[in-house]
Parts: sequence; structure tokens; C-alpha cells
Amino acid sequence: MIDFLGVPMPVLMGQLLLGLINGAFYAVLSLGLALIFGLLNIINFAHGAFYMLGAFVAWLAMQYLGIGYWPSLILAPLVVGAFGVVIERTLLKRLYNLDHLYGLLLTFGLALVIEGTFRQIYGISGQPYQLPASLSGGINLGFMFLPKYRAWVIVASLVMCLATWLIIERTKLGALMRAATENPDLVRAFGVNVSLLVTLTYGFGVALAAFAGVLAAPIYSVNPIMGSHLIIVVFAVVVIGGMGSILGAIVSGFMLGVFEGLTRVFWPEASSVVIFVIMAIVLIVKPAGLFGRTA
Amino acid sequence: MTKLKTALLAGIASTALAGAAQAEISDGVVKIGVLDDMSGVYADLAGEGSVLAARMAVEDFGGKIGDTPIQVISADHQNKADIAANVARQWIDADKVDVVVDVGNSAAALAVQEVTKDKGKVHLNSTAATTALTNEKCSPTGVHWTYDTYALANGTGRALVEQGAKKWFFITADYAFGHSLEENTSKAVKAAGGEVVGSVRAPFPNNDFSSYLLQAQGSGADVIAFANTGGDFVNALKQAQEFGITQSGQRIAGLLVFLTDVHSLGLESTQGLTITTGWYWDQDEDSRAWADRFAERHGGKRPTMVQAGVYSAVAHYLKAIDAIGSDDGKAVVDQMKELPVNDMFAKNGQIRADGRMVHNMKLVQVKTPDESEGPWDYYKILSDIPGDQAFMPLSESTCYLVKQ
Amino acid sequence: MMPSVMTHKGLWLALGLVALAVAPLVVYPVFLAKVLCFALFAAAFNLLLGYVGLLSFGHAAFFGFAAYCGAHVTKEWGLGPEFALLTGIAVGAGLGLAFGLIAIRRQGIYFAMVTLALAQMVFFVSLQAPFTHGEDGIQGVPRRPLLGLIDIQSNLSIYYFVLAVFLIGVFIVYRTVHSPFGQILKSIRENEPRAISLGYDTDRYKLIAFVLSAGLSGLAGSTKVLVFQLASLTDVQWQMSGEVVLMTILGGMGTMLGPIVGAAVVVSMQNYLAQVGALTTIVQGVIFVVCVLLFRRGIVGELAALLRRRRRPKDSAAGQEKPAGQAAPAPGRST
Repeated sequence: MIDFLGVPMPVLMGQLLLGLINGAFYAVLSLGLALIFGLLNIINFAHGAFYMLGAFVAWLAMQYLGIGYWPSLILAPLVVGAFGVVIERTLLKRLYNLDHLYGLLLTFGLALVIEGTFRQIYGISGQPYQLPASLSGGINLGFMFLPKYRAWVIVASLVMCLATWLIIERTKLGALMRAATENPDLVRAFGVNVSLLVTLTYGFGVALAAFAGVLAAPIYSVNPIMGSHLIIVVFAVVVIGGMGSILGAIVSGFMLGVFEGLTRVFWPEASSVVIFVIMAIVLIVKPAGLFGRTA
Repeated sequence: MTKLKTALLAGIASTALAGAAQAEISDGVVKIGVLDDMSGVYADLAGEGSVLAARMAVEDFGGKIGDTPIQVISADHQNKADIAANVARQWIDADKVDVVVDVGNSAAALAVQEVTKDKGKVHLNSTAATTALTNEKCSPTGVHWTYDTYALANGTGRALVEQGAKKWFFITADYAFGHSLEENTSKAVKAAGGEVVGSVRAPFPNNDFSSYLLQAQGSGADVIAFANTGGDFVNALKQAQEFGITQSGQRIAGLLVFLTDVHSLGLESTQGLTITTGWYWDQDEDSRAWADRFAERHGGKRPTMVQAGVYSAVAHYLKAIDAIGSDDGKAVVDQMKELPVNDMFAKNGQIRADGRMVHNMKLVQVKTPDESEGPWDYYKILSDIPGDQAFMPLSESTCYLVKQ
Repeated sequence: MMPSVMTHKGLWLALGLVALAVAPLVVYPVFLAKVLCFALFAAAFNLLLGYVGLLSFGHAAFFGFAAYCGAHVTKEWGLGPEFALLTGIAVGAGLGLAFGLIAIRRQGIYFAMVTLALAQMVFFVSLQAPFTHGEDGIQGVPRRPLLGLIDIQSNLSIYYFVLAVFLIGVFIVYRTVHSPFGQILKSIRENEPRAISLGYDTDRYKLIAFVLSAGLSGLAGSTKVLVFQLASLTDVQWQMSGEVVLMTILGGMGTMLGPIVGAAVVVSMQNYLAQVGALTTIVQGVIFVVCVLLFRRGIVGELAALLRRRRRPKDSAAGQEKPAGQAAPAPGRST
């Protein structure tokens, strides 16, 4: 058996793969944050709450309507995305000509309201959500036992990230979005409904969070505070990637998942802080983040 | 203000001195304050259910002691120790509360223990897990009723080794609670002839346990023990199922699992889990009858061990007041220590000098979905763990009240 | 602040002091002491948000970690309360310096996120370090005599002790804001590029303000330890950082009185809403949303504006103390 720093190679491979899977969640969440930030200049503090909503909508659909995992994967992001659209239209819209910090504060308040409401109704111990039958069980890769569901998570999030990236980089809609990010007034002058574009972007970013929530439901505890711990890590990921960068969000999401996975092998106690340490180092060396545009 | 307090204290002292015969119940009312987390991690397993349990105990007692009415009030400490301490102080100073009940969350419980000890009022704790309440932070007016980390760790550790599961691997939440749970369990495992083949410290709180499970899977252990609780436990268990841990022959042991956790995870994920519990609603005729009454008033939810513990503790407290005709904190607790606890919660329970209520614990296994007859029918009882084996021996207690 | 109040400032101040002095005869003193601790915390926080325009989302780290260290010093090392407070200040300021050196290079939202992430690191350290006793917290911290002489055991005496600390702390904030240094801070808030072009090393000024704010937050945290005789994880959690933002915004950022009023409202709310379950969180969230949408000036700011309008109906626009957010340059663009 080949060892690497005292750790058998197969174990290391397994941990790397698991890290990549966790990174998939970071990537999808930070991608949504980056999209919203790019166009609205708002840090969506409620992102964790929307992630939780995605998982809860899937659970509610299962519980009360008998809707299974696969339809929920489409349905829950749509429902939560629509909710996001309503919030953008009714609340966030009023803040665009103010300092962007107000957007942060507003979404922070929203997160408290959403999580508090779910805590009040459903308590905190979490709801059961079973693995879809078609994805239970696993594959023996030789170096590890890979549950089929984990494999699916990584495929689904990669596809989702890639599709989003393609839309933004390769389509007309994406070109408009990028243009509106750079200079909204000019794009408006060309007769484009920028306000609609903003609304849809927010809705899409929120839907991405909900998508991650549905992906998480079968393997993580579905409870009202499931998003509140995750969101801070995702913030750090976004800072490391560089705020406005779509590619940065995706790449650093996966990369930090791997870093965290490696830490779990060599120094498990430190795995909760490793991302923040990396963030501090990146900020000292490259203040704009790895993929961010410098000032 | 201070004068008033001195006068009050003097009053209390004199009543205590005067003895049971002349003692009386202060301010003409016995006030019970249920202080708990009504919205956070303890809300489902204690919370409003604990308030209901305390109310039921008062109602079953007839609502008064002699002519003195009994009142129950409640508050939410929001899992903040300072709010818990503040509410407890204010209750005692301003609202004339005689006993603070339940108090989940170790930090909040210890804070309340300090306040009640200082003021000579009673603290009946059911939900907190920490053994500090009956060791270095023990109090002449504090009683720890339902369980503690020692009893859980000891019960599960010993029982599983006796069933042949000798090799243990721990996945431990990396903070004091997890450490003490692991340490206690390891001791019990080794004492029973088992061995610990490995352990890993997972950060707390943690979402993803897959990498730890992978290490545990490869360790060749018979039992993978989760020294964590709440959301972390739920995550770890869900993922253990996903990674096919139990199918491959390894057993899972949850060291601090409540009925509400099993309810929220569902039997599909929890079946076969071995748990130590202080009480189970379906353990006998009395408990079933009480649980039926409780569920009727609590939206069909069956009581957890700590809610039952609140009922039992409050009932016992009222009995003690009735017996001595005084509500002086120290005197009442002394009387409580005299009387054995015999009710739907415990048979022949006894409160020790350090404040530990010693009673039989139960080793239970979670039923399979086929065995279960419906919601809340979750445990089959494997065995009774006698109180003197379940809890930390009095000789090991570091409580200053224990005569060395 | 307002001209009309300025003229009667001495009178108002005296009235306020008398009210604070007699308050514990009416209201429960420990509760009042708690309000004062949080008021000091919010005032320290406001120094940064209201007068420099920097939103830190990591102030719980200074407050909570200083609380732990203060508790340790007086409980385990047997030192008096004055040492606990000094430790609190030192720890707060030290952490503030470390945070500041990393975070000050970023502005606006970035600054908020970086401080949040760094504070999360402090939280994990607090959770795992042996001396904090994990979720049990440091309990039973003694109230040793002040300077070895003055007894602060009773609730009433601890209240007056906290009142003294609070007044000193708020006085420091007041002096800072009304000093030439404070003027430079405000000019950074109003227009940083201009301040730079005038030759000020703005990063250094911001860093000093940050360290000062963190040190005072540490003072507030270690004072709270002496009131409740315990230090727990609650105070280092990121929710606490959110709470201090709420207090400051609700009361009115950029005003001297605002954070104090905000702290009083939020602490009372937590105390008196304690009977109604998760509502506290929901109510706090709703207040946040409502404040941001409708009352960006906060209670004190809105009242002051109302007074100004009534006195000078024609000249209502001449507000001096603009809320930071409306005046600061858009941070997203200027980086």
C-alpha cells in the first residue's frame, strides 16, 4: 500500500472524493450568492434560509402531497425562487439607491424571520427525508464505498454550475446580465428592462440555494437552522473566490471542499476553521480574492 | 432594598430554626417556575411539554397544599445562560418563586444552580445532561432528576460489550460535552472487557460526517458510537445509513438520544439503535396511563423522559412540602431526600446527598418499522439497569456535601 | 447633536444621571446592569458603524472572548475585578488589531463578511479551548472586592459599579467622536477618496478606530461577566454580532444616545418576550426589516428629525448627523 504522509493512499483518495462532494454544496450556494451580488450588489444573508426552505418544501411536498424526490428537485427551486422574486419586488427593490449594507441588513432580518417561523411551527429536531429508492445503496470503488447518492450530488451540482456558467458566458441573456452588472444605465438606454433582469437574477440565485437544499435533504438533517451554520462558511468561500466572479465561486467552492476534506484526515479538530484561515491568508496576499478583479 | 432582603433572609433563617412544627409556607403561595428553552434545540424534547408536565403534577396534587395555592409560571431562556440566570434571580427576588424546574442546556442549568444555591431556593433539574450539577457544582437545594452523561454512557457502554460488541470506535463532538461522554463510555467499555480501537474528534456543529464514518468503517470496530447529540447526531445517523454501515455488520450506538430524535429521524434510519433512557412512556401500566393523559393535551405527542422527569420531580417536591409544612428550600430538599420516589417515573428512587436522584435506567432498542404499531411506538425494552450500577458511585462524587 | 438640545445639554445630562442613579430603586438592578453592559457594547460598536461607516459583523468575538478571559483571570487567578476589566480591554483590543489588519483593506460588504468569518474562528476556539469549559461556560465567577477594598457583592453595588464603567466607556466614545480624530473619521465616512487626497492615511485611522471599538466591546464583555458571574458561548456566537447591529440600528446609528436606547429596547424585549417561544427571533427579524425599510435613522434619529422639523418647519433638510449608510460611498463600486 502506498502511503502519503503516513496516510494510506486509498484512504486519502476516499477523503478527497468526499471533500469534492462537500465542495459541490459550497459551489452551488456560492454561485447563487455571486450571481446576486454581481447584479444587485447585495450580499444575500438569507441565502442559508432559502437553502433550508428548499429542503423543507421538498419535505412538505412529500409529507402532504406525496410528491417524491425527483419532481421536488424541480418544484422546490421554482417555489422558493418565486418567493425570492416576491421578496425582491416588495422589499429589496426599495433599497437599490441606498448603501448596499442595507441589503445585507434586510436579508439578515429576513433570515431571522424565516428561520424563526419554521422553528415556531416545526420545532428544531428535524424532519425525516428518505433517500430516493433509485439512489440508495452504493458502489465499491476499491478504495472506498461510494454511496450512489453522493455520486449523484456531484454530477447534479457540476451540471448545474456548468449550465449556469454557459448561460452567463455564452447566451444573449447572459451577455445582457454581464452588461447590466457593468453599467446598468447604459443597458437601460438600449431599451432593456433591467429591473426585470434584476428580479429574475435574484429569483434564480435563490432557486439555486433551494436546489442545494433539496440535494441536501436526504443526507443532512432537515431542520430550520440547517442553513445558518453553512452560510458563514459559504461567505468565506465567496470572499476567497473573489466577490463578483462566477467562475471564482464555482472553482473555490470545489477547491475548499477538498481542502476541508484533507484537513479532516490530517488534523480533524481544525477542519472547522481551515476555510477561515485560508480566507485570512488570501486576504493578506490577494485582497480581491483569487479570481476577483483588483481595485 | 438591601434592608428588605436582610429582613427577608432573617425571616427565612428563623423559620428554618423554628423547625417543621412552626414553619409555614412563605408569601402564602407555592410558586413553581419552569425555565426552559422554548424555541431552540431543547424545545421539542422539553420546552412546552415540560411546562405541561409541571402543571399536571400540580393538578394531580389538587392545586393546593392545605389552603396554600400552587402556581406554575414559565419562561424561555433562549439557550442563553445569562438570561437563565437573570430570569431565575428575578423570579426569586421579585416574583417569590420557590422552585426552578427543568432548565435544559448545561450552561443555563449551571447558572441557575449558582443562583438557587445562593438564594436557598430549590432547583429541580431534569433536562440538563452535565454531571457537574451533582459534582463540583452541587448544591444543598439542587436535585438532578432524570439522567446524566455518566448514566447514559455507562449504560450503553456496558450493555453492548456484554452483548458481544467488544471493539469500539468513537465519533466525538469536539467540545467538553462530547469529550466527557466519550471518556465515560470508554471507561465503561474497558471495565466490561471491551476495547477502544479508535476515535475521531468531529468539529461541532458539523453537517457532514462522511469522512469520519469512512474512518470508522475501516477501523474494524464492532460498534461505532456517536458521542454527540441533536442535529449532529441526526446528520451522523442519516449518513451512516447512506454509507451502509449497519448492513455491513457494524452497530451504531447513540449515547444521548431522545424519543423526539427517533421520531424526527423515523424508524427506517434508527432501527436497531441501542439507547439508554431514564424512562419510556410504554414501560408499564402507570407510565402508559400518564402518557395518554399527557398526549391528549400535547397535540398527540408522547412525553420524553425529561418531561416525565419534570412531572415526577414536581410531584415529589409538593409531597415534601406537604410533609413538613414549610417551603424553605433546604428543608424541603432534605425531606425529599428522606422520601423514596415511587410514581409512574421511578420505583424506589432515592435522592443522594449530592442531589443525584438514583433510579433504574432502561436499556432499549429502537424497533423496526414492522415491529412498531404506529407513531411513538419506538422502543423495546431490553433490560433494566439498576440505579446503583447506572449512576456514578457516590464515592466518586466530588460534591462537597458528600461526607468523605 | 441638535442645537436646541445642545443649549440645555448640561441640564439633560444631569437629569439623565439622576435617572440612572435612582433607576435601581424602581427596576430590578441586575436587569439594569445588563442593559448598561449592552449599551456600552452598542456604543462601542456605533463608534465604528455610525462614525466611520464600517459595518462589522464580528463584534461578538471581542465581547465574548474578552468575557471568557476576564472570567478566567478573576476566577482562576484570583485577581480583582479591575484586572478582569483590564484583561477584557486588552483582549478585545488585541483581537481587534488582528481582525483590523486583515479586514481593514476591504470595505463595505466585504468588510462585514470578513469580520464575520474571523469571528467564527474565535467562536470555534472558544468552543474547544479547555479554559472556556465548552458549553458549560465559566460558572460561578466571584465578585471580588474592587481594588481589594470596595465590596461589590450585592446587586445594588454591582449596578453602581457597572454604571461607573458604562459612564467612563461612553465618555471615551464621546471624546473620541468630538475630537479632531473623530472629525477625520467622519470625513472618511463621508468621502474616503477625499480624505485620502487631503493626505490622511485613512487605513491607519480606521484601524485605530477599530481597535478602540474592539477594546471597549471587550470592556463591556468583561463587565457583563461580573454582573452575571458567568461567561458562556452565547456571547461569542455570530447571533450576538447580529444583536449588537440590531441595537445600534434600532436606536439610531451615528447618535450618542441611539445605541443606548436600542440596547435598552432589545434587552427588555428578550427579557419580557421570554414567555412566548420562538417569537423573540421572529420579532427581532421583523424589527430589522422594518428599521431598514422605514426607519433608517432609528428611534433617536427619527425623534431628533421630528423635533427639528417642529422647531424649524422651513429648514427641515439641515440634518447634521446623517446615518452612515446614506452618506458613505457605495462600497461595492469603490473597491
